[in-house]
Order: sequence, then C-alpha cells, then structure tokens
Amino acid sequence: MSSYLLKRIMVLIPVLIGMTIIVFSIIHAIPGDPAETILGQKATEQSKQALRDQLGLDKPWITQYFDYMGDLLKGDLGTSIRTKTPIAKEIVPYLAATLELTAAAMLFATFVGVNAGILSAWKQNSWFDYTAMIIALIGVSMPIFWLGLMEQLVFALKLHWLPSIGRMDQRDPVESITNLYVIDSILAGRWDQLWTVIKHLILPSIALGTIPMAIIARMTRSSMLEVMNSDYIRTAKAKGLSQFIVVYKHALKNSLIPVLTVVGLQTGALLGGAVLTETIFAWPGVGRYIFEAISSRDYPVIQSGILIIAFIFVFINLLVDLLYAAIDPRIQYK
Amino acid sequence: MKKWGSLALTLTLGAGLVLSGCGGNNASSTNSAATSSPASTATAGASAQDTLVVGRGGDSASLDPAIITDGESLKIDHQVFDSLLEYKPGTTEVEPSLADSWEVSPDSLIYTFKLHPGVKFHDGTDFNAEAVVFNFQRWSDPKSPYKFEGDSFDYYDSMFGPDGSRVIKEVKAVDDLTVQFTLNQPQAPFLQNLAMTSFGIASPTAIKEKKENFKNEPVGTGPFVFKEWKHNDSITLEKNASYWKEGLPKLSKVIVRSIPDNTARFNALQNGEIDLMEDVSPDDLSTLEGNSDLQKIERPSFNVAYLGFNFKKKPFDNVKVRQALNYAVNKQALIDAFFAGQAQPAVNPMPPSLWGYNDQVKDYEYNLDKAKQLLAEAGYPNGLPDTVTLYAMPVSRPYMPDGKKVAEAIQAEWEKIGVKTVIESPEWATYLDDTKAGEKDDIYMLGWMGDNGDPDNFIYTLLDKDSIPGNNRNFYVNEDLHKILVDAQKEIDQNKRADLYKQAQVIIKEDAPWIPLVHTTPLLAAKANLKGFVPSPTGTEYYSEVYFE
Repeated sequence: MSSYLLKRIMVLIPVLIGMTIIVFSIIHAIPGDPAETILGQKATEQSKQALRDQLGLDKPWITQYFDYMGDLLKGDLGTSIRTKTPIAKEIVPYLAATLELTAAAMLFATFVGVNAGILSAWKQNSWFDYTAMIIALIGVSMPIFWLGLMEQLVFALKLHWLPSIGRMDQRDPVESITNLYVIDSILAGRWDQLWTVIKHLILPSIALGTIPMAIIARMTRSSMLEVMNSDYIRTAKAKGLSQFIVVYKHALKNSLIPVLTVVGLQTGALLGGAVLTETIFAWPGVGRYIFEAISSRDYPVIQSGILIIAFIFVFINLLVDLLYAAIDPRIQYK
Repeated sequence: MKKWGSLALTLTLGAGLVLSGCGGNNASSTNSAATSSPASTATAGASAQDTLVVGRGGDSASLDPAIITDGESLKIDHQVFDSLLEYKPGTTEVEPSLADSWEVSPDSLIYTFKLHPGVKFHDGTDFNAEAVVFNFQRWSDPKSPYKFEGDSFDYYDSMFGPDGSRVIKEVKAVDDLTVQFTLNQPQAPFLQNLAMTSFGIASPTAIKEKKENFKNEPVGTGPFVFKEWKHNDSITLEKNASYWKEGLPKLSKVIVRSIPDNTARFNALQNGEIDLMEDVSPDDLSTLEGNSDLQKIERPSFNVAYLGFNFKKKPFDNVKVRQALNYAVNKQALIDAFFAGQAQPAVNPMPPSLWGYNDQVKDYEYNLDKAKQLLAEAGYPNGLPDTVTLYAMPVSRPYMPDGKKVAEAIQAEWEKIGVKTVIESPEWATYLDDTKAGEKDDIYMLGWMGDNGDPDNFIYTLLDKDSIPGNNRNFYVNEDLHKILVDAQKEIDQNKRADLYKQAQVIIKEDAPWIPLVHTTPLLAAKANLKGFVPSPTGTEYYSEVYFE
C-alpha cells in the first residue's frame, strides 16, 4: 500500500507540471491587453507601461513561464495584480468558503442520491422508482442559474424561510478563525450564528448539489440492481433475512464502490465549478475569485488559482483510489 | 481493512441521516425563526436602526484611494477619507472639507489653504499641514519610499500630469494649519480635482507603520472607521465617534456587501437582507415601484453612452456617411424599449447637467430620408457596399445596461437605409483592446462617467487628439478642436471656459465623430424608511447623513 501511495504521488509531479504548461499557454493565448483591463480606461499610458514592465509582459512567453515556475518552487504563488496582495494569503478564505459549500452540497447529494438510488432499486419499476428517476433526469439537466434564482424566489422572497445570499448574518458576525463558518461559530460558542450559518448553506448547497445528487442516484440504482441479482444476495434472502438488512447491510456495501468514484469526481468538479452558484448566492468562493481574475486578466491569480484547484482535484482522486482499496480488499495494487 | 471500510460507510450514512434530520425539520423551525427576524428588524427600525447594509455588484480592489481608479473602491474610500475639498452632496460643486478656506494668487499659481483645526486621524494622530505635504509627496515622487511595489498613482498622474510634466511644483507647510501649493502652470479645474476621493488625506503614521498593508487597513479622517474586509463578501465600517463634523455620522455601522447578480441583489433587498442597493436593472423597475416597502432613488445623470465611428476605416472618414447614420438612429425608441424610460437622448458628448453644456446645439433628428440622401451625396445611393462591423458591449454598465439589444435595434434601423451590419461582442478585455487598436471594428459602442465635474474630463479625454491611443478610440483628429480644448485647460475664468466648451460642442456636432446615444439616470433602491441619502452624480456618496426613520 505504501509503495503504491508513493508511486501515485510521483505520478502527480508530471501531471501538475503539465497543468502549469497548459494553463500558462491558454492564458497567454487569450487576446486583450492585461494592463488596459487591470488599470481601466482611466489609467495613463505611462502607468500601463510600468505595469507591463513589472509583470514582464513584454518578455517572451518562455522566459515568463520559467520566471513563474522559479517563484512557484520557492513557494511563491505570486501577487494579485488587482488587489496587490500575495495570492497564497489571499486565496485561503476563498478556498475555505468553497470547501464549506462543497461539503454541504456533497452531503446533500450523497445522502439524497444514495438513498433515492437504493429505494429505486429496491422497489424497481414502482411509482417511486419512476418518479425518482424522472426527478434525477430533470436534476441533471437543470440550469443551476435558474434553479438558484427560483429557490431564492420561493424560499427567501415568498416564504421568508431562508436567507437568499451570503454566508452569515453580517450585522452580528462571528470572528473568522478557520474561515469555515460552521466551525468558527462552534468555536466561538455562538449557537445563534451556527443556526444562521446553516440556514445560509441550505439554498446554495441544494443548487450546487442537485446535479451530483441526480448522477449519484442513477449510479446507485444501477449498481444496486446489479448486486441485488447476485448469488450472495439470493442466499441472504433465502436465509430469511429482512429486506432492510439485505439491502442496507449486504447489498449496499458492494454497490457503493462505483458510487464512491462518482462522489469523488463530483466533489472535485464542484470545487472548481461552483462559479454560478457562488455568483447567484453572493458566496465569496474560489470559483468567483478565479472568474473575476479571468475577467480582469489577473494572470498570477488565474495561474495559481487553477493550479491549486487542479492539485485538490488530483488529491481527491488519490483519496478515492485509496478508499477503494480500503473498502474492497480484492482490489490489489501492484 | 474490512472493519475500516464499514466504519467509513456508517459514518457517511450517519452524517447523511443527521443532515436529513435537519432537512426534515427545517421547514417548520426555520419558518418561525425567519418570520421573527424580519419582524425584529422592523421593530428595531422603529426605535432606531443604526446599521446600514449596502448591496453592490463588485468588491473593492484596494482601500488606498490613491492607487485605484475603479468606482467600487472609491465608494468605500469616500467613507474613510476626507479630501481638502469635497463636492456638495448631489452635485459637483466644490465645498470646503479639511480645508476651511483658501486664497489664490492673482497669477493663479499659488493656492494657500487654511486647514480645519483639531482634526484627528482614526489612529489618534493629528491631521495637519505636514500630513498634507506627506501625502502629496508620496503621490508625486516616483522614488517615494511609500510608493509600494506595484502601486501607481494613476489619478494623480492623470489629473496633475505625469512625472516630467507635473502641474504641482511644490507643496509646503507654512505653519501647522496652513498649506501652500505652488503650480508650474495655471490649471483651471485645480480645486475641482482636489475634491476627488482619490486625493483623500491618509494618516502618515499609518502608512509608515502598515506599509503595503495600508491598502487593506486604511486610516483617514472620515466619518467611518475601517473595521474588516472579507474579500468578495463584505466590508464593515464603524462610526468615527470623534468625527470632526458635529453630529455625524448618524449611523453606528455600515456593511457593504458584494452581490454580483442583479436579480439576486434585488431579491436580497426585498427579503430585508440589505437596506440599499446599487444598479437596479431597468427590468425590475415596475416591481420596485409596486412595492411600498421600498423607495426608488435616481442618481443624477452624469454619463454618456455613444457609438463611435472608426476614422481609420472607410467610409467612416467621410463626414456625410457619419451624419447619415446619425440621422438613422431613433434614440427615444431605444430609451422606451431598453432603458425603461430612465434616460434622455444625448445630443452632445457631455451631460446637460454639466456647466458649459451647449443647449443651442441641435441634434440630428430621426429621419431616414435625410439619411439616404446624405449617403447618396457621399456616393452610396444604394447604401454601403460592405457589411459594417458594429462592436456592441458584452458587459452591462450604468450608462448601457444591455449593449447587444440596443445594437440589434440600431442594426434594424440601418438595414432600412441599406447599411448592413454584423454585431460583434468579444469578451470585455478583448473588446477594449480591439477598439483601442481600431483594426477590427468599424463602429463601436462605449460610454463614460464623469470623474470630477469638469467638461475637460469628457471632451478632451474622449475626443482630443492627445487621447490617441487611449480613450479616443475614433482616431478623430481636429486641430481647431484641439486648440480650443488646450486653451480651455489654461483659462481660469469659468465663463470664458464655458464659451470655449460650447464652441467645441458645435464643432463636434458638425464633424459627427460619434452618435451620442443616451444619458442614463442610474437607479438605486432602498428601504422606504431610509433617509438622508443624497445620490451623487459621480457615483460616490457619503453614508454619514443616512439614518433610518
């Protein structure tokens, strides 16, 4: 196992270097003068030129690339051009915000998806099965933007059950320690704020979690159906065990392996792809951070931001593979 | 291994169950909690709500007013810093602020300011003439130790000339409360410029101590003290209890939140999560007007949206073609269709509220026959032979909420006079780049918002030959116009300057480098009980007079 782990980590290095090359080339292929975009219509030519000099934009790409990699190896992620703050320091709260949202969305997606999938397989071809799969189909094709605004309209505007935007009640905030507000409010012993923080999480995590939820539900159902038809389940049934025990104890574990992969991949995808949800719900996450960097041509932020996301994505995949091995000892890595 | 696996499984399901438990209860319990919360805010409002929550589209880039040029950053800096002078609320008229009074020498080269006594920075240090000198030196000296990496003082350079051609020769402290500016040459809008938020006076002690970090933790003399900045989320300001203006600020706290989506922001206002919102979309106007809990606030029109002809491209170097296309735009129809009536047709390149506006200039009326006739005179009796590339803005701006729709309407009009157009909307950075290079676009759409209440900031900045390359994306050069605009910069007498700008507008109308489209009235919305908010033409307001009834 440990040599497998080591091998996996060694493979990561070329993958990440490849990432830097791809990201770097794409960014520099985008037309548009960064100096103009960053400084705005109202800046003078002189200061635009000064910025180009400072960023080395007049140098050849290859020189710029090696300069960037050199800094990266020293642990320097660069400095944001727009805010003039070191990225390593700046990105932490954004990452935490996205992490919290993704975790909530995946909890929702996994719980609802797995259970809907199990019940659909259990009651195959029943009305529940049909309804759940139709909902899953709609869920996959639902535009997040529309779903988010509809949620706001119904649950915030009409019913007043939930807040529509942001992460907590700003009028009486909890001091950020970990930047994960659920944990921060627990640390501060602020139960009232913990409750509002959770309320703020509900709508965006449903918006973000709907697509993975639908995918997970379909995956669980088909995987479950396969396992339910296998010999050992027939044996378990023949022994006279209750349906519930058969399904939740014996069948579930084996059908969860492919589901786990989907959960892992979706978590990675959500981490980077939460831009729309973050925009609608004014969630200050890393998706919006990078998106805004792209629209203002903040090269260092785009580069380092995408690299960090890629790193997390690869890391989650690694984790999934390891979990695989843990759940199913038949899977051998040589 | 096996045990470990089932443990993980149990944990996942367990966590899921807990969540679902919450989910199930949610409906009823949140219901009671949330219905009570708007109610409690409402009752608090009745006694005295003292926290203002503002919702806006973007975050600040930096909180040091000297190094930024974006409006979102200036809005916060306006609360934290005072300048020597300020604009009278709701106008661009100059009033005393940190400087109580001033004297100008007869040759207009020496300005002597008397400073307000007893003013303190938020860090407790004294505001005095030395502090003013320190700030101006920091902005003007390219080698200043307080010009930190990556900083550039753009507004200083563009208002007072870049290094090598500075307007201000020297700033010196005569005594503790007297500061004297010596100029290299007279500058007509000098006082007007000093009142800009960008020239807010910062605490020298704080800059020396905080260094680079000053842009994250600003210290000024303004009505609100900076408290906390959660990037892309919110900025919190607290009352400056020892503010030098008696009785201000009225609020004890201001929270400014970034809510990028217009609809989501409007939802948040209706849901009571914010008290004041910027940039209401014209589409939401009827909902806003139908809600008695809310009020509509109109910002005075101080902008212009226009179509510019690219003089590098044929046949747009031909004045008859430009005039013909001017005749073929129905501005009022555009306003009714896309601006919900919140705009007026533009005749000149500057808004009518600005002094020096020439109301004698007649606009090209909407007349397709006249347009055809002019095209024929220019040698195109059957319309233009080539398809015209019309650049339409891909982003929404206060002067142009939806550029593409407006461009499509204009496209349909021009079709009628035999001018075929293809609309292109590349992404914003490319858009600005392309129009500046002038190689791809034939006609482009853009706009401008005034910075300082001086006509120079519209006409010279946008249409003088000195502004190529840059904001003159027409590549329009007219020597007569140039002479008038440069003369106007040196003239001190405002009446004479107004005359010069009026002449300039006549020349521009005749040359028709633009089709001025509209001057919009940007919309804001607030809770009905919010009082004392005076919308400013420049887009930055003091929150110090705001209170809740």
